Amino acid sequence: MIPTSLNAWVATPEIFLLCSACIVLLFDLFVSESRKQVTYLLTLLVLALTAVLTIQSLQQGLMLAANGASPARYAFSNMYVADPVADFAKIGMVLGVALVLIYGRGYAQERGIFKGELFTLTLFSLLGMMVMASATNFLTLYVGLELLSLAIYALVAMPRNNVRSTEAAMKYFVLGALASGMLLYGLSMLYGATGSLDIYEVASRIIRGEANPMLVTFGTVFVVTGIGFKLGAVPFHMWVPDVYEGAPTLLAQLIGSAPKLAAFVFVLRLLGHGLAALGPDWGAMLIIMAVLSLVIGNLAAIAQKNIKRMLAYSTISHMGFVLLGFLVYNAVGYAASFFYVMTYVITAAASFGLLMLMSRSGFECENIDDFKGLNKRNPWYALMMLMVMFSMAGIPAFVGFFAKLSVLRALVGSGFTWLAIVAVVFSLIGAFYYLRVVKVMYFDEPEADAPVAVGNLDAQLILSANCLLLLALGVFPNQLLTALSYAVKLSMASAAGMMLQ
Amino acid sequence: MITLTHFLVLGAILFALSVFGIFMNRKNLIVMLMAIELMLLAVNMNFIAFSQFLGDSAGQIFVFFILTVAAAESAIGLAILVVLFRNLRSIAVEDLGTMKG
Repeated sequence: MIPTSLNAWVATPEIFLLCSACIVLLFDLFVSESRKQVTYLLTLLVLALTAVLTIQSLQQGLMLAANGASPARYAFSNMYVADPVADFAKIGMVLGVALVLIYGRGYAQERGIFKGELFTLTLFSLLGMMVMASATNFLTLYVGLELLSLAIYALVAMPRNNVRSTEAAMKYFVLGALASGMLLYGLSMLYGATGSLDIYEVASRIIRGEANPMLVTFGTVFVVTGIGFKLGAVPFHMWVPDVYEGAPTLLAQLIGSAPKLAAFVFVLRLLGHGLAALGPDWGAMLIIMAVLSLVIGNLAAIAQKNIKRMLAYSTISHMGFVLLGFLVYNAVGYAASFFYVMTYVITAAASFGLLMLMSRSGFECENIDDFKGLNKRNPWYALMMLMVMFSMAGIPAFVGFFAKLSVLRALVGSGFTWLAIVAVVFSLIGAFYYLRVVKVMYFDEPEADAPVAVGNLDAQLILSANCLLLLALGVFPNQLLTALSYAVKLSMASAAGMMLQ
Repeated sequence: MITLTHFLVLGAILFALSVFGIFMNRKNLIVMLMAIELMLLAVNMNFIAFSQFLGDSAGQIFVFFILTVAAAESAIGLAILVVLFRNLRSIAVEDLGTMKG
């Protein structure tokens, strides 16, 4: 393969984000503690410009595809790719991170974490996610993953005097480091078996039979274990509930939304492209992980009284669904997973956003009992929570239903009917705890008469738009689904092209 | 004659030791940080051995990146440890149990 030249312009969104994150870091030093709003606005501006650059890159890719050329543009000697899947995922990530900051502004101010570190570390974690989404080399994959993780470990520990936050940070750190170690050990085996760090080169050497099959299988096992830890799939899920409960809600939203998109693209490139020839091997492991995640996630969520812990277990079960899409080994399944993750990011953002807006200083809205009689105290918030819960439960007319439907359709289409049945049964069980929240809101008597904290006006408006988007996407899911399927198909085609070289 | 297999076995032993260090250790978080470091070194051993025997330098470049990231990682790990000690007055793993469910 001829290494392409530097082509750094392909990575314009990342380069811009890196430079502006450094500028925000320096700029913040000159802003007094009481005027951090300025840094906040600057950060939002950076996010908006990054989104614009990414959309430009996406348009460029789609234009290339429309002219019959490959939409994938490579940079840094094939270590980095900008293709429609990466660009769509990046737009979702920027949106997810922007929602974290918008919903979390009041929450962070009241808890004394509205500081410069919050903004710079968030920007660096976004940079890590974007690098992960575009990585086509083990080196870039690893560097992106660590940039994301290290920034988030530090963020979780930000409320320094809070025992639960620091404990959550420690647990997250140890298990995250263990996951990186597992993943790296697997990558070293794959490197040893194939003699290359490039995902496409690894794939084509495995297909040509030039790799040591035992080493490759051994490496795959470790890689899948590492991925399981990072996604929070059972049996590698023990950190998820503790981190969600202990971390400030702001960070729980950051961990629970945008990085899932990065992890999806990561799995797509590593397993779907790089180790495509070993589909049955990692497929069997994914079946176990997916089924266990659906079972344990949904059953354990029923027992929770803390809504953040309940959402953590619900994330685990959602990740089970995402993994199911990978079992189909074709573009239909990957597209279904992509749609699922994309819509999950929006739903999760709304759920944590509600929790943050309803909290105020000295009161953390985190128990299901805090929602008692919410309908009598604030009908609009109760209705928004209802939309989020219905969407997560997969009730028709909300986007969660179509996300689940597209994964199930892909599964049935390729003969995994029994898996589809398992998934449906456990989604039904899962609907119980989502509907319990709705019941508590509408049919229980409120414990306090005081009006509910509602948060800042801008956050309220955006949260309302976010919840209505769940309904809008549920009524018209086709545009997004078609766009994402098209992107996945293009990316599969260009990956196949790279492997043939 | 030292072959690739010897290096791989050494790497596997180091890796297994570090995994045991993380899971079996109930007393001291610093030992856990050391085990994490050891895990990355086991991976480095693998990369260097493969790189040498395949005659490909990319593996050695990867090791530089892992070393750099490991330094950043232990810095963050120790920082979290210091904050945790201030709050808990203990660095025993068994004391990390305020959240259960």
